[in-house]
Amino acid sequence: VEAGEVSVLIGGKAGEGISSAGQVIAHLLGQLGYRVHMYFDYPSLIKGGHNFAIVRGAGKQIGAVGNRVDLILALDQETLRVHEGRLSGGGVVVYNSDAVKYTPGIGIPVQAILSSEQAPPVMGNSAILGAFTRAAGIEWSLAERVFSKAFRKETSRNLRIARKGYEASEERLRVPPLGNAPLPAFTGNEAMGIGLVEAGTGVYLSYPMSPTSNLMHFLAARAGDGGAGVRVIQPESEIAVILMALGCAYAGTRAAVGTSGGGFSLMAEALGLAGMAELPALIVLGQRAGPSTGLATYTAQADLEFAIHAGHGEFPRLVIAPGDAGEARAWIRAAMDLAWKYQLPALFLPDRIVCEGMYSLDPAVSLDDPRGPVLADPGVLHQRGPYPPGRSRLPPEGPLPPWTAPPPPEPSLPAGPGIHPYLRYALTESGISPLRFPPAKGELVRVNSHAHDPDGTTTEDPGMTRAMAEKRQRKMAGLARELEGMRPVNVLGDPDARTAVLCWGSNKGICGELGEKLGLRVVQPVALWPFPEESFAMAMDGVDRFYGVETNETGQLARLVRGYGYRASGMVLKYDGRPFMVDELGQELRRVMA
Amino acid sequence: MKGTGLISRAKNTWCPGCGNFAIQHALKDLLAEMDTEGTLPLERVVLVAGIGQHGKLFDFMNLNGFYALHGRTIPVAAGIRLANPDLSVICVAGDGDCYAEGLEHLVFAAKRNLDITVLVHDNRVYGLTTGQFTPTSAYGYRGHSTPVGEREQPLNPLGLMLASGATFIGRGYTGRRDELKRLIREALLHRGFSFVDILQVCATYNNLTSYYEERVYSWPEGDAGDRGAAYGKAGEWDYSADARIGLGVMYRHPAPTFEESYPVPPEFSPTERAGWVSRVLDERS
Repeated sequence: VEAGEVSVLIGGKAGEGISSAGQVIAHLLGQLGYRVHMYFDYPSLIKGGHNFAIVRGAGKQIGAVGNRVDLILALDQETLRVHEGRLSGGGVVVYNSDAVKYTPGIGIPVQAILSSEQAPPVMGNSAILGAFTRAAGIEWSLAERVFSKAFRKETSRNLRIARKGYEASEERLRVPPLGNAPLPAFTGNEAMGIGLVEAGTGVYLSYPMSPTSNLMHFLAARAGDGGAGVRVIQPESEIAVILMALGCAYAGTRAAVGTSGGGFSLMAEALGLAGMAELPALIVLGQRAGPSTGLATYTAQADLEFAIHAGHGEFPRLVIAPGDAGEARAWIRAAMDLAWKYQLPALFLPDRIVCEGMYSLDPAVSLDDPRGPVLADPGVLHQRGPYPPGRSRLPPEGPLPPWTAPPPPEPSLPAGPGIHPYLRYALTESGISPLRFPPAKGELVRVNSHAHDPDGTTTEDPGMTRAMAEKRQRKMAGLARELEGMRPVNVLGDPDARTAVLCWGSNKGICGELGEKLGLRVVQPVALWPFPEESFAMAMDGVDRFYGVETNETGQLARLVRGYGYRASGMVLKYDGRPFMVDELGQELRRVMA
Repeated sequence: MKGTGLISRAKNTWCPGCGNFAIQHALKDLLAEMDTEGTLPLERVVLVAGIGQHGKLFDFMNLNGFYALHGRTIPVAAGIRLANPDLSVICVAGDGDCYAEGLEHLVFAAKRNLDITVLVHDNRVYGLTTGQFTPTSAYGYRGHSTPVGEREQPLNPLGLMLASGATFIGRGYTGRRDELKRLIREALLHRGFSFVDILQVCATYNNLTSYYEERVYSWPEGDAGDRGAAYGKAGEWDYSADARIGLGVMYRHPAPTFEESYPVPPEFSPTERAGWVSRVLDERS
């Protein structure tokens, strides 16, 4: 374990609050100036089983944990049986002495503390958290402040229990404060929720499915009734979810949906409808290990090709894969804006580590940040001029602004008036047609899943079929150009190195960290479709050879870039549902490059 | 507004004698009337169509519209209502479209008491795909996919809707156009989920005109609020065996709508949203 770093593992049974205890530790480390990442590992069950979280703090932004830990907090014997080997030399074990036997550690009489406060067993982890604080040499005053915010229910009783745990413990390590300003910690799901509020989302729809359920829960609890005006709707199926979102778009409300691969499979038909009818939609596709039900609560990056190709026929779409919580927050808003500007479906493709992992979130990152483009800057992404359809709600009262049909790029095709005066699909140079929403007195707003004329009426005419297909593809060209100006590809590690690592999604953090350590350039495309060819070429300029790192079996990003003339010299792939650990990936990279 | 203005210039491609004409003209006359009366301004009407012969109504009428997917009119309608409850949404759907491919949406719209109107063009055969059996085809129906006769009993959509919690259920018949128009008016004026199964003649694949003419009669209006009586009416005819076929309002019951229980919240300005974000960030700082 390196100086200025600390890793803590907490383990117990499902239902014992392991994830929330891990989050409290992440908040504590954040307040000490550490940049944090939490990995939470849980099987798909409600009570029992073995859950554990590893919280790592470091001096710089991180997005991964390692195998070695400095502290183990054991709520049950199983935690030690599984994880004792991870403990570093000089590491400390804090345990519940009612449930665990382990002489060298610090035993805490959790039951006795709970009895003295007449508290239920679920508050036991407050005692362990208090004991951890002292074992790690963290000031009680800081812990008290963090706990007071974290324990939202029964705050004073939980604080007394934590204090008794603190008093029963002893200082064995010193986790020193770092010089950094404290940062709050958020999961990617929470960060996406924040971004959706910033994007003016009026309705969020989802059928529950890991790993995006917590995005729905966050919005329902915080942004719902009276919060920030986001209504959360749970329809009967993912098919209904996406079609309701398209109904919202038709009537002028920004809607977002969340799902995982299985649910997105059900949405594929309506994805094509969004493409054909030119209806904006934002779809969060949280990736978990498939195929089929797969590993419901574990991670994968195996849906990239599916996201790019889902749906029959050819239609434009946007695919964005954020690499951490900060990027998720900034880019989800950009994806929503772009979906509405270009009137097409946008797919937001976090993997399960981004969704449920916890990250330090810098509320005010700027591009002048010496760390470089670690986080995309929301300001830069959004100060590019107002988009025409910026509404999140009902149409404004009063008359509609005057509108005249733009001339068609091909003079042989009608600009209007056709059957109906308003041309929902007016043929324009940019491919973008003026958006209107009903009610519009004297005009009709008509959208169609069939091939259609500019006014939305069904057609089977070959010339119009071709003209409309080309109009839709012109939007893709404009979107690709605009994306190139949005820093769609991150360069991390050593930007001058001639050997590079190619990664995407949550592997951004771990590859960036190893790139610095091993002197490798790290190239991470955030925008994946339309593929940002120019930015990628600039990022790869001067690279002699590169290696792909992906959490899938076949190297889907490496296969994508091969189509643009880039061939990887080797691959490090992991497809067992678990993320790469820092030490593990370091060894694998050295092996594959040897 | 004259009803004729609601018929579009798009070329009509229904077969001569198709029951869709009766539905189209009933709807045209009704919407023109309601616009003139001020009970339903035309610009607030949105027609959501599925895929099938019925769906061509989208092209043949001058209305706001969403030509959706096979079986998926109702979730589109739900989204439109979520966004703007001032819009009056009419789903036109087929029997294959609504009772087979998209059945779950029908059940859930009834369960939610979503304030939309669903008109099912129930010709009891797939017309666009040339004559296969649908969920309401009679037992033994012979089509291209069932040359020796269908082996499934038909679904009873009225009973299904009653069990699902629909608050307005009716049955119309394209051979009784004035009665059909009155029924659709009642459905549009109903506050909550309104459902009308329209027995529609398919002139080419399933011409049941004489079968219907011999059996149809009008239900008395008086007991439409009686749930027990409604179950009795729904069970009179099982869409297969020989029985009298009731028309009109089968069941009507006032209940809070989904839109009333989950209203559109007030607009949050970008500043208010930014304030919310600051509060969320501050809680963890």
